[in-house]
Amino acid sequence: MTPHLSITDQSIDVAAALAAVQTDAAGAVNSFIGTVRNQSGGRRVRRLHYESYDSMALTQLGHVVAQAYEKWPMLQEVAVVHRKGTLNLGDVAVVVAVATPHRAESFAACQFIIDTLKQVVTIWKREEYEDGTEWVAAHP
Amino acid sequence: MALKIALFGITRDIVGQPTLEMPAPAPATVGALLDRMRASYPALGQLRSCAVAVNNEYAPAEQAIGPNDEIALIPPVAGG
Repeated sequence: MTPHLSITDQSIDVAAALAAVQTDAAGAVNSFIGTVRNQSGGRRVRRLHYESYDSMALTQLGHVVAQAYEKWPMLQEVAVVHRKGTLNLGDVAVVVAVATPHRAESFAACQFIIDTLKQVVTIWKREEYEDGTEWVAAHP
Repeated sequence: MALKIALFGITRDIVGQPTLEMPAPAPATVGALLDRMRASYPALGQLRSCAVAVNNEYAPAEQAIGPNDEIALIPPVAGG
């Protein structure tokens, strides 16, 4: 049940992430796929640039998944893949996949992992607009 | 005693370089380091938050730091 965690500058293979959590002990596989949207706060987004502090991001991601295993002891397999570098509209930025015996825990664990990832994992997003760029969430 | 600080995201833009070497503050703690960084680069104080990581973990203000630690400034994260 070692989680499959990675940060990559290559296109994310969603099918591979889902396959990574496949197990006969699970009756439910749940996934979240985050993609690049064409607008943010009313501004048109052209592309995104993700930067990662890889070693800390993987350490913190490990903590997040460990918390999920504590909260849902029936959790079987977990995969989290986050992209870094330059992404175009529609590209997959993150995939979270979990496998559990039953569906209720799969929804809850998947949401917990993506929500907590956004709070603690050391990845930064710079949005590129028609007229400039901005680091997301940097200022109040 | 010199410290090496890794900078990411907007903190790298503010400081203008990806790493910074500086003499350790007295006391050599996370809190004193943040105080000194904010004094040198006031734009850091305008951020929604600015944490310090020591050896890949978020570090509290009272934590001691030394030349063998991997230290980084962590501006507000925005993964996902």
